Amino acid sequence: MSNASKPDNQIDQLSKKFDQFETMLNGSKGSIHETRKAAIAHFLKNGFPTSKNEEYKYTDLDKAVSKTIDFSLEPNASEFGASELEFGKIKDLDAYELVFVNGQYQTEQSSVPNLDGVIITDFKEALSSDSDVIKNHYSKYASFEKDELVALNTGFSINGSVIRIKKNQTIDKPIVLRYINSVVNDQTQNHPRNLIVAEESSSASVIEIYGDVGDHVSFTNEVTEIVIAENSQLDHYKLQLNSNKAFYTGTTQVMQASSSRFRSYTFTVAGSIIRNNLNVDQDGEGCETHMYGLYLLNGNSHVDNHTTVDHKKPNSYSNELYKGILDDKSKGVFNGKIYVRPEAQKTNAFQSNKNILLTVNAIVNSKPLLEIWADDVKCSHGCTTGQLDEEALFYMQARGLSKDSARSLLLYAFATEVLETVEIEPVKAYLEKIISDRLH
Amino acid sequence: MLKINNLHASIEDKQILNGINLKVKPGEVHAIMGPNGSGKSTLASVLAGREDYEVTEGQADFQGEDLLEMSPEDRARAGVFLAFQYPVEIPGVSTINFMKTALNQVREFRGQETLDAVSFLTFMKEKMKLVEIDQSLLSRSLNEGFSGGEKKRNEIFQMAMLEPKLSILDETDSGLDIDALKIVANGVNKLKKKDNATIVVTHYQRLLDYIVPDYVHVLYNGRIVKSGTKELAQELEAKGYDWIKEEADATTA
Repeated sequence: MSNASKPDNQIDQLSKKFDQFETMLNGSKGSIHETRKAAIAHFLKNGFPTSKNEEYKYTDLDKAVSKTIDFSLEPNASEFGASELEFGKIKDLDAYELVFVNGQYQTEQSSVPNLDGVIITDFKEALSSDSDVIKNHYSKYASFEKDELVALNTGFSINGSVIRIKKNQTIDKPIVLRYINSVVNDQTQNHPRNLIVAEESSSASVIEIYGDVGDHVSFTNEVTEIVIAENSQLDHYKLQLNSNKAFYTGTTQVMQASSSRFRSYTFTVAGSIIRNNLNVDQDGEGCETHMYGLYLLNGNSHVDNHTTVDHKKPNSYSNELYKGILDDKSKGVFNGKIYVRPEAQKTNAFQSNKNILLTVNAIVNSKPLLEIWADDVKCSHGCTTGQLDEEALFYMQARGLSKDSARSLLLYAFATEVLETVEIEPVKAYLEKIISDRLH
Repeated sequence: MLKINNLHASIEDKQILNGINLKVKPGEVHAIMGPNGSGKSTLASVLAGREDYEVTEGQADFQGEDLLEMSPEDRARAGVFLAFQYPVEIPGVSTINFMKTALNQVREFRGQETLDAVSFLTFMKEKMKLVEIDQSLLSRSLNEGFSGGEKKRNEIFQMAMLEPKLSILDETDSGLDIDALKIVANGVNKLKKKDNATIVVTHYQRLLDYIVPDYVHVLYNGRIVKSGTKELAQELEAKGYDWIKEEADATTA
């Protein structure tokens, strides 16, 4: 039976959307447009990843998107109230901030510093000013040929941020990128694109915050490219405060040079389908990488974290800790790859994924993958999935705690291991509140 | 205070307790001894409300209430305390935080005012002194990486904090060297009052040199087969359990 109200499939819709996009860009396509065209051609040819793609085995985006998202819709682009503009704003956090609602940069709400050490601009502005950062780095790391979602984002890349931390600079405040979907009246889709370049011996923290306001479905497909030059340090947070109707896919592609440190924090508290790709290339000696993740899921949420660390040079270190608490019929996927190339002797690489399932209907698929070609390395990985410890519950009850408070105390303790790695106090307090509210 | 009448209990269809009768009055110390597998720890667990066990027959009355009908937390709040044979390690929860949550829920149940951070700390310091435990230990994750002695001392500290009416010490002496044993016993003795009672479950007489019982009961095959005073414990230490077993087997045969 044909569906008369939906004559176009998602691919047709996106093809038309790209034509409209080009018309809209008329005259201001910028230097990156050839890349966009190549990327969208790649996407239109291949479509959304299906479960036949090994990398998307447990997360069939084609199926999920085709049932739900109407890409022919024009998202609401104005008239946002405080509920959107203030959503996800972290109390007591003194930060530089770029705010976007439905992909649109909100100049009024944003606070961009006028500093010598750092340049923070929204992507559109960086494009129109013919930014060297874009010229030198855009689409150099996140390959659209390898991932259809990166291709889709690259095709539509116009909204987002470009951040350049100059040589020898330490940025005094975190940089917040807040992407809010306003889905009060209807669906929305957007494709945030971030480019973060930390030059030699610099240091900064970037916090991406994602959220939805309203009861409709949202679709966010984000790509962040991060370049960390020699001897630099970058902390990167992703706070996914989405609604349980959100579709979110994102790729964080990181390039690390010698003696650099990268720390990644991914917190997910809801979402219809969330897929995070975090890929780190250690392309220098003495690199240090930390990856922390925490997902608290309920309802029918489906959250998939895929991470890769590629150790290419000697004397490097990586440590990964992802933890999940899954309630109701929620589903978690963890896939962590560690590559140690032949040259990468004296590598230390550790990985751990731990999950608690609160119901018999919650599921986790956890898959660690280590491929080691060097012979003088220390690597370990472990994954555990289980129920709450009954013996611990009884012990706490035997001291007078109600079963509910014993349960939340145990779950909170489980989450603490990840939470306590957060060094920015207001962010930590903000997350503690969300997590303890959820676990009570 | 506690009246146990004809108590039968099983786990996974295996009958462990076969009719326990025991009366404990305020101020008394009872020792429950017996060979391995006689049901000592099961009795302690059943009284504390461990759900793995099923009570198949009999009653237990605690201060006029049906103990067996109460949830484990309500038993604790009403004043039953079980010092675990194997205290559980709980990463991420400090003893201090745990005790603060527990104590306030217990106090609320008892109709007492809950303690704010300052009064809690004052109260805690007093109890720490009593059982000779260091605050650095209590700031750490509950029992995580503690030595055997530290775990048991932490149990007695929690007992001091919750001020129970009836304390059940389940093999508190197991795995302790003599110094640790003395500190633990000393703590228990200091907490002894006219209106509270203690049940000491143990395999060995050694602990009873320091916590002197008023009554000693010998458990065998899920029944109390012999009761006496502290001299009975000494006799068991000297002669072992075989004569008790023979006596009991002869009676049932």
